[in-house]
Amino acid sequence: MVKKLITEDTRMFLTGNETIAYAANAAEAEFMYGYPITPQNEIMHTWCKLLPKTEAGFLQTEDEISAGFSTIGGILAGKRAFTATAGPGNVIMQDAQSMAEMMRIPFVCAVMQRGGPSTATVIYAQQETRLTCFGGNGEGFRIVYSTAGHQDLYDYMIKSFNTAWKYRFPTFMLADGYQGKMREPVTLYDPASRGIKMEPTPAVLRAPGKIDVDRKANHIRNTFNLEEELMEVLDSYQAEFDRIAPEIEEYLEYKAEDAEILIIAHGIVARSAMTAVDELRAKGIKAGLFRPITLRPLAVKPLRNAVSRAKQVLFTESANGQLAQMILEKIYGLTTPYSTLFKMGVGVTGDDIVQKVESMVKTPATV
Amino acid sequence: MVQTLDVTPDIAKAQNPEAGASKFCPGCGHGMILKTLAHTIDDLNLQEKAVFGCDIGCSLLSWNYMNVDTVQTHHGRTTPVIYGVTRANPGTIGIAYMGDGGGLAIGSQHLVNAAVRGENMLIVLANNTNYGMTGGQMAPTTMPGQKTETTPYGRDCEVTGKPAKGAEMVASIVDSNKAYVARATVSNLRKLRQTFTKALKNVEKGGFSFVEVLSICPLNWRTNNEGTWDRLKTMEEFFEVKEFVQREGLE
Repeated sequence: MVKKLITEDTRMFLTGNETIAYAANAAEAEFMYGYPITPQNEIMHTWCKLLPKTEAGFLQTEDEISAGFSTIGGILAGKRAFTATAGPGNVIMQDAQSMAEMMRIPFVCAVMQRGGPSTATVIYAQQETRLTCFGGNGEGFRIVYSTAGHQDLYDYMIKSFNTAWKYRFPTFMLADGYQGKMREPVTLYDPASRGIKMEPTPAVLRAPGKIDVDRKANHIRNTFNLEEELMEVLDSYQAEFDRIAPEIEEYLEYKAEDAEILIIAHGIVARSAMTAVDELRAKGIKAGLFRPITLRPLAVKPLRNAVSRAKQVLFTESANGQLAQMILEKIYGLTTPYSTLFKMGVGVTGDDIVQKVESMVKTPATV
Repeated sequence: MVQTLDVTPDIAKAQNPEAGASKFCPGCGHGMILKTLAHTIDDLNLQEKAVFGCDIGCSLLSWNYMNVDTVQTHHGRTTPVIYGVTRANPGTIGIAYMGDGGGLAIGSQHLVNAAVRGENMLIVLANNTNYGMTGGQMAPTTMPGQKTETTPYGRDCEVTGKPAKGAEMVASIVDSNKAYVARATVSNLRKLRQTFTKALKNVEKGGFSFVEVLSICPLNWRTNNEGTWDRLKTMEEFFEVKEFVQREGLE
């Protein structure tokens, strides 16, 4: 049993990576497996620095492949284990993540996005959106929370553990190096003080009970003999994913109710969009924001409603429309025209969005 | 007249009686290795503490062979899954079972690093000098001149290097005070059982064990019984069968 460091509400001025390590401890995470890659390193650093106090475990593995697979081992052994990665590390961790999808292993991973493809830049992008939602050779049976600041990092890291263990789909907290490296004030709290009870983490390997006396040996696999056998399993996963989606979906609307121009953005770009909305409103332009918090599953109904109400939509991302592509499919049939502000691997500022929206007022989108 | 065999099969307690007929090809070495391993688990009374992980390749067919908690992993990834388990739950007897491809090619970085870190586990590597499941391609252990699907004219060591000697490599990087490293062969199962006994005892003591077992693949070798045995004997000349590292006090 790990020792929790935060027993009462504590206001701290932390980097996002430090915040994630504290959140994992607050969630009673017992073990972290990890491999160095910028910009997530300080999650490991903080976790390791706190080990004498938390009495948790840590293993620095030989690569992200092994970080992913050893995390799976820890989880199957009945521990609340997790990992974190970024960029090329996220790419090679897909092997383990797809095994977690297939075997319904409650895998938890913080993804701190950096520029891609390949090694590219080390701090910031939103270019791992598609990869995190749909990576691996599967169908994207994953739950993905996109955070927009440090309080989010704390809240959703805790939530990721419970979502993963409750629903048994791999769960990701998708952030970026801006959030990871930047300092902000954040309120740390004991989840119990907010009525949050951590889900149990039963062992599959060395499960309770004596073999042949209390139970049979567990044999878990991800290999199937027949196509139909596989489809039957995947159909049941899809049905389960669809069934639980309404319980998981989260979104945030900011001044979207009467918005004529609806900005759709996720993660830290949504924060830029909020400042832009205020600035535009001060200039008399009715702008609003729809921010999906869960990218998998998307809150489709509220999204369609918000898009229907608006006269124009603006998609903006630090990627070339990875979220927009996912959303456009879900709002098929709606005729609200849209425009885009995509900066591949580059931060989107409030000013960028203000200028873009002003241009949309002058020359409305036609697509 | 039909005679029925009324001798009950020799099934270890650590062997799953419900697994049914062997999934391996007739003449395959995997069944011999696994059965011997299961008996050794019985000998040491480790069934409740053991966790078995199997790789992709022919070794995956062992996913329900053992009567211990088992996880089938991805190709090359059994080592990290099992040390993930033993790190999280100390006292577990973690066993990672793989072929030569899984251990010495696609998963070699895990083998090297697990050995260097002295992960508390047993790695069993079945060396049959080819990739059996995928149709008999060249493996790191393929013998000089051996014909495989990707060396149809025989392995040319000038082009592809010499066969990988896994046990020697592991022996050179482990901490000899905490390790057991050996190469055994399916031609001597009594000796294999002794080898597994030492390997598992070392894991019980908190150490890292590696056992490479020279095995046979008559299907892909395209050999009859005599040819299979001859090939195995040739392998035993090339790959030295012995204990390379044995911590003190291990019997």
